[in-house]
Amino acid sequence: MKSEYGGKDFKDNLIMCAMCLPVFAYILIFCYAPMFGLVIAFKDYRVDLGILGSKWVGLENFKFFFTSIDAFRVTANTIYLNFLFIAAGTAAAVVLALLLFEVSKKWLIKAYQTFIILPSYLSWVVVGFMTYAFFNPSIGLMNKLIGGVGGAGVDWYAEASVWPAILTIAVVWKNIGLNCVIYYAGLTGINHEYYEAAAIDGAGRLKQMWYISIPSITPLISIMTILAIGGVFRSDFGMFFNLTRDIGTLYPTTDVIDTYIYRALRVLGNEGMSAAVGLYQSVVGFILIMVTNTVANRFESENALF
Amino acid sequence: MVKVKRSEMFGGSVINLLLILTALACLIPFVIVISISLSSEAEIAARGYGLLPRGWNLTAYRYVFKKPEQILQAYKISAIVTVAGTALSVFAMSMAAYCLARKNFRFRKAFMFYIFFTMLFSGGLVPTYILVSSYLRLSNTIWALILPGLVNAFHVVLLRTFFQKLPPALFESTKIDGANEFVIFTRIALPLSTPALATVALLGGLGRWNDWFNALLYINTDSLVPLQYLLYRIMSNLQFIAMNYNTMPEFARDTSAIPSETMRMAMCVIAAGPMMFVFPFFQKYFVKGLTVGSVKE
Repeated sequence: MKSEYGGKDFKDNLIMCAMCLPVFAYILIFCYAPMFGLVIAFKDYRVDLGILGSKWVGLENFKFFFTSIDAFRVTANTIYLNFLFIAAGTAAAVVLALLLFEVSKKWLIKAYQTFIILPSYLSWVVVGFMTYAFFNPSIGLMNKLIGGVGGAGVDWYAEASVWPAILTIAVVWKNIGLNCVIYYAGLTGINHEYYEAAAIDGAGRLKQMWYISIPSITPLISIMTILAIGGVFRSDFGMFFNLTRDIGTLYPTTDVIDTYIYRALRVLGNEGMSAAVGLYQSVVGFILIMVTNTVANRFESENALF
Repeated sequence: MVKVKRSEMFGGSVINLLLILTALACLIPFVIVISISLSSEAEIAARGYGLLPRGWNLTAYRYVFKKPEQILQAYKISAIVTVAGTALSVFAMSMAAYCLARKNFRFRKAFMFYIFFTMLFSGGLVPTYILVSSYLRLSNTIWALILPGLVNAFHVVLLRTFFQKLPPALFESTKIDGANEFVIFTRIALPLSTPALATVALLGGLGRWNDWFNALLYINTDSLVPLQYLLYRIMSNLQFIAMNYNTMPEFARDTSAIPSETMRMAMCVIAAGPMMFVFPFFQKYFVKGLTVGSVKE
């Protein structure tokens, strides 16, 4: 025991401190400094005066945002779309995992997985190209298809009401492969004897799926959903920005907190107000993660985040 | 023992049919983009996009490769950012993760919390943007593409979990031989952790390769534009190609002669295509990154 606190231990700790230094310094500058930088949410930020030199304005920036119609719209859109993505994404991934689990040939499972994971490697920019190929109003595939059966084409990039559905399909398409992996791993962990016993009792594959497979992964589905709910105040900026091509007529249904912050910063050039919205997002996001993690811990602490 | 045949459920063929349809649904958008790039501009204008090439020809690719400098430069920037960023990132994160896995490190708990807290709360876009552009003055340098996101708290946790699973006796015996912690890290811990390092490197590398957002924020210089941001510019400004090629003397000034519809998709294929054949080879590492546990000890 004595040697643990001796000179060697001190030297080891000194070396380890040095090894941690790059990450320590990086996080200090790129993560903690911006947290303190959030004070500009309470300031009238001017580049020439800097963060410290800019004038305090109290809650003006928050007032500006929360009294605008945008506050409700972007908050509602963010939460509504995230719930759509979680519901559709989970359902699709679970169904696919259940189907995949019924396949016996190993090479076939691998082949299916390789194809369905392929979209996950794409950037949202490229998915934006694909979306455009479908929804280009004059020469896109959707309108050609509609025209083919005698319908009138839709000006998709001017029709805000259809975009929650389009975005949901895109999210499911891009993420289904990797989400499916999580549930498939859960299924392969089920004790094989259950299926054998059920087969002896005369249960068919469908009954086995209903009474063994699905109940066995229900805890996993619940925990994944709870954790996903912790993130409903954030959204994937790249998806919204590239798929809707930042077209103003689509804002009523597709403008979310992250895209609003970006525009407030880069288009309006209002750093203070933009930071105020960011602070609002971070604080609510923090509360959501703490709450959902507490729920997850009660539920099944093994899978909780922390 | 009863051998359960998994393929027997309603004939198995229904299952396979559904899975084949799903796989096709995942592939069709790729096919469409490739088909458009191989179509003739006139056919596209007359009949619209199609699932199969309309009037098969390679004009779009010929146009792109007549002036390949821009796309080659973008490839170069993306490659530099991906390789340098991933190398720096994995090196720094694995050193920290190793220390976090060592029970004799005094600041283990405090440092873990210091890193973990960044997963719960962040300053967000605006202060980070001001920091990088006004205080660190990294705009229009390659560092603006490399430094943001260099340390990922989740990846540090992933690496730490892996180091913790290595037998401590291995470290202790080397220590008795007089090796210090850095030597143990480089000689023992790193060589035994290649699967974890590969997972983190690939996850980070994929993110860097596909990143366009940092370029959107910080890059105006044409020579520093990475691949995905080049594509973004092409999509956001549908006239981009026409404008760009209009300056070329060997082509007619009439921009309608330029196959912009097919060329746009050809650029997309050239930019995104090659990696689609590379990433699947590393699939097991991407999958592994998903199935690791929580932050808890």
